[in-house]
Amino acid sequence: MSTRTFEHVGTRPIRHDGVDKVTGRAAYGADVSLPGMLHGAVLRSPHAHARIVSIDTSAAARLPGVKAVITGADIPPNSAKLMLGGEAALDLHDMGDNLLAHDKALYHGHAIAAVAATSLDIAREALARIEVVYEPLPPITSVDAAMADGAALLHDKYKRNIANRMEFKRGDADKAFADADVVVDREFRTPMVHQGYIEPHACLARTGEDGRAVVWCTTQGPFVVRDASAAILGMDPAHIKVIPTEIGGGFGGKIVVYLEPLAIVLSRKTNRPVKMVMSRDEVFRATGPTSGSKVRVKLGATRDGALVAARVSLWYEAGAYKGSPAGAGAMCAIAPYKIPNFFIEAHDVVVNKPKVAAYRAPGSPIAMFATESAIDDVARQLGMDPIEIRMKNAAAEGDQASYGPKYGPIGFKQVLEAAKNSAHWKSPRQANLGRGFACGFWFNAGMSSSATVTLNPDGSAAVVTGNPDIGGTRAAQALMVAEELGIPVERVRPIVADTDSAGHSDVTGGSRVCYATGMAVIRAAEDVRDQLRARAAKIWNVDIADVGWERGKAVPLNGAAKDQQPLTVVQIAAQMPHTGGPVVGRAAVNPPMAGPGFGAHICDLEVDKETGRSTVVRYTAVQDVGKAVHPSYVEGQMQGGVAQGIGWALNEEYVFDANGVMENAGFLDYRMPVASDLPMIETVIVEVPNPLHPYGVRGVGETPIVPPLAAVANAMRDATGVRFTELPLSPPRVLRGLTAD
Amino acid sequence: MLATRYEAPRSLAQAIASIAADPSARVFAGGTDLLVQFRTGLKPPTAFVDLKQIPELVGITIDASGLRLGAATAAADVVEHADVRRLWPGLAEAVHLIGSTQIQGRASVGGNLCNASPAADTTCALIVNQARCIIAGPGGERSVPVEQFCTAPGRTVLQRGELLVALQVPRPAPRTADAYLRLIPRTEMDIAVAGAGVSITLDAAGVCTAARVAIGAVAPTALVVAEAAQALIGSTLDAPALDRAARAASAAARPIDDKRGTVEYRRAVAGVLTKRAAAIAADRARTR
Amino acid sequence: MSKLHVTSIINGEPVEFLCEPHESLLDALRNAVGLTGTKEGCATGDCGACSVILGGRLVPSCLVLAAEAEGQTVTTIEGIADGERLHPLQQKFLEHAALQCGVCTPGFIVAAKALLDANPNPTEGETRYWLAGNLCRCTGYDKIIRAVLDAAAEKHPKVSA
Repeated sequence: MSTRTFEHVGTRPIRHDGVDKVTGRAAYGADVSLPGMLHGAVLRSPHAHARIVSIDTSAAARLPGVKAVITGADIPPNSAKLMLGGEAALDLHDMGDNLLAHDKALYHGHAIAAVAATSLDIAREALARIEVVYEPLPPITSVDAAMADGAALLHDKYKRNIANRMEFKRGDADKAFADADVVVDREFRTPMVHQGYIEPHACLARTGEDGRAVVWCTTQGPFVVRDASAAILGMDPAHIKVIPTEIGGGFGGKIVVYLEPLAIVLSRKTNRPVKMVMSRDEVFRATGPTSGSKVRVKLGATRDGALVAARVSLWYEAGAYKGSPAGAGAMCAIAPYKIPNFFIEAHDVVVNKPKVAAYRAPGSPIAMFATESAIDDVARQLGMDPIEIRMKNAAAEGDQASYGPKYGPIGFKQVLEAAKNSAHWKSPRQANLGRGFACGFWFNAGMSSSATVTLNPDGSAAVVTGNPDIGGTRAAQALMVAEELGIPVERVRPIVADTDSAGHSDVTGGSRVCYATGMAVIRAAEDVRDQLRARAAKIWNVDIADVGWERGKAVPLNGAAKDQQPLTVVQIAAQMPHTGGPVVGRAAVNPPMAGPGFGAHICDLEVDKETGRSTVVRYTAVQDVGKAVHPSYVEGQMQGGVAQGIGWALNEEYVFDANGVMENAGFLDYRMPVASDLPMIETVIVEVPNPLHPYGVRGVGETPIVPPLAAVANAMRDATGVRFTELPLSPPRVLRGLTAD
Repeated sequence: MLATRYEAPRSLAQAIASIAADPSARVFAGGTDLLVQFRTGLKPPTAFVDLKQIPELVGITIDASGLRLGAATAAADVVEHADVRRLWPGLAEAVHLIGSTQIQGRASVGGNLCNASPAADTTCALIVNQARCIIAGPGGERSVPVEQFCTAPGRTVLQRGELLVALQVPRPAPRTADAYLRLIPRTEMDIAVAGAGVSITLDAAGVCTAARVAIGAVAPTALVVAEAAQALIGSTLDAPALDRAARAASAAARPIDDKRGTVEYRRAVAGVLTKRAAAIAADRARTR
Repeated sequence: MSKLHVTSIINGEPVEFLCEPHESLLDALRNAVGLTGTKEGCATGDCGACSVILGGRLVPSCLVLAAEAEGQTVTTIEGIADGERLHPLQQKFLEHAALQCGVCTPGFIVAAKALLDANPNPTEGETRYWLAGNLCRCTGYDKIIRAVLDAAAEKHPKVSA
């Protein structure tokens, strides 16, 4: 498999949806409209923590133009669970309460009521007329405050606001620390940050007289929208059709539903389509950022650089309801290394902030910021090169991962080698710059996917899946079909279909679409190929065993039909009506996890020591992707993850006031990197094939956000001599750290 | 219900009459502050009064006495004006720092000043260039030095019915040049955490004979720091003089803690920016 | 309160539309005029997704009142291509894979067109600073900058002495 030569896979065709995107024709969530539609708006809690005493919507309902007003009373409480194919379970009770609060407002921005009106202005005016009586409670805005003695509880069932705790261990860490030559013990803190997708959540719901609903929405998981909405509203999922629009970024934040069930209920009550679009302010305050954290890391090493012991304690903010990625963080923290003794514990802590959602390798950047910073310190104390120490401790095939299973073929050592040999690493370090190195890891999901491939009479093909395209997967899927059928990639049309038209697919996320949905696409194309061989056999009047396939043509084998010329796809397709009718290939897969992706990044940072302001001057990302199907989009995933990681490291943070209200809920003061903040981002693609996939594909999208946090912090350490353990490394924090002594 | 009108008066008299009659009407040029405030919950005005059709408020003229800049002129027009850049490079830099390219296509110096943000980028540069605000109202025309125009965050000396019509900036004396620097965490798009404008005049021997220093984002309004200027006058802008000026600037600063910076950070950076801006202004003055 | 009647030249064609006095040009374009290619990312002028060219100037249409378009020319993403021919910027964005989710792309292309109209051969730094008002969360800007520089080079090849 790894020696296969590809004709299409690995090339860089223009993506099929590209022209629509560069001309403004592509329709995103807020671009869809229907005649007679109403506009929905949501009333949100002004308190970070409060009991809801009463809600009076009568004045709002009387306002001319207002057609419906709903509150939590319109969403029946339930306690069922919904599995997301193994990666995370959605608690429907929590989700329903997050959609519209019932007894308590649990964060500033928590949805309290919703209205549908003939214009957005009227809808907002109506919100102002809804009278809510609150009994404010003390807001909890940090893990320390949450777990302190006597702290107010968000939910009575979680003692000390700890919703969950897990631990795992191996060997005897305490003894190993005692025997170690070097021990580094540090506490790290990271702030709550947002995925920062440029397109706010948006949907349009239309219910019919038959009780069925059609929902257009921007989402990473149309089947999640359907099934979660159905479960929460007590509807039959077969009565909800979800049509995913183009999606303007997700990064994990658009797997959760915030608006769609509300729009469905409002549509039902008004018998009109209802459109709901979040403002940027709402996106920050009331969707799902990722956790702020406290992480304690202790590492022990012997003089030769062997890491002998690790102790990692993680406290992650879950937000208002349980479910932070602390567990995943625990599993990633030391995953690249063979450390024989370790103790790792993870705590899921509820606080009065929005419920966190997945953000690109959820949990891993936070944990590995801490461990990769600590390893850097160990290396410094030993006088060891940062790549050398990692090479010495690198896990490889056959080693038992810290999180349990034995590694299959993995590319961590190859990634380290490639980093060491990179132009960046070999370039001389400039005197005024600091250079930092750090690694990253993500599991990459499997989960379920379906695909169909249909052949047209002219020999072109359509490939249909149910996975919204957030990274260029349609282009990759077209390449796969082109490869398997031997037809030009321009003659393959990749389509993302709605939940009625596509077979079930788990979410677009977990870096799984190219891997798992791609696997289904390949199998569906193989199915088409087998059918084409059968048609050729019919045309030649031979047995199918005598028909082979070579680069887009059916070829006669074994002397049978030896006088026949090979038949191209175009030729066989032209004869479909006479040889048995349409040719449709299909496949459904549920493969194991994709195979871990390892990355290593190098960052050169310039620090202005008089102001604490820093600039990333050069950056290189190295990553094992298994097989780069469309290299441009693989590079793009790496560069995008790097940019998000740099923002997380340098300037992004949720700033809360003493009342638990976010102070910077806009792009002015929530500071994501702009074009002038970054240099060109060099990428080095390593390919250690994943044996689980026909082409060797691993997931690529998530790993690249993991290393930058520590790469930047390690560069800062190199530039200034100061180890910063709290993010972001904003100028005031850096200057304080530099002038502290 | 929203009942905001849109008006676009074509004469100064018409505009003055309109806002004198209706104090809840809001004038605007680029609208890049006003519309944001309106969208984020500020009480809606009874009217948006668009000033861009009024001839006195739009345009750039430079003559022997100096610059007359219509208050509603878009920043992009100011920045693209070669003579403005040549004669007042610090002012042009400051104007160029307002927001993004898109904002530059709309935002005006007049609007920036009237918004009276303590962190406004143009204020310090105008002050050190001895600019004056030309104000017109029901009682006629008057002029006010820029450093007196803003009285508190969001507040100016404008009375009911009064408009800022233009900025007047005198031509720089020989061997005089300005510079403006601000500190933001990213490279663009942020509101200044601290800012410093400096104007330097040198004699033939390179000794500073006059200076003006103004610091921004470190007090309710931009501050003129006479002590910092004094530290530079009589010197050759050597390192000790620059350090003295920096310390004076830091001492004069009265900043607050907020989501963009802390008291101690702003105080420290006000000093750093002052000495750096002074050095740049001096370099420019030497080449005149 | 009755709506205002506005006449404007949008993408080269005279267009009439109705709008509220307080309505933004962005909302009028997307709703009354039906041109949904221009996007709302923030409504506060901080993301550039709403970029259009108004009277020859690159502006954030979320902070322009629709009424101000009276008598003015407006260019949106829908007006960048020349009939069936993509503008070099559009073509280069595709070739360089300078888009992933694509929602920021209309704003970038309009902003980049304004850049090349003002400065036909920008440096990398000039390009980055000009486009600093356009946020992208997917690409890290690398391929976007390459696409813009390549489009500039194609339109105005640098002649070496």
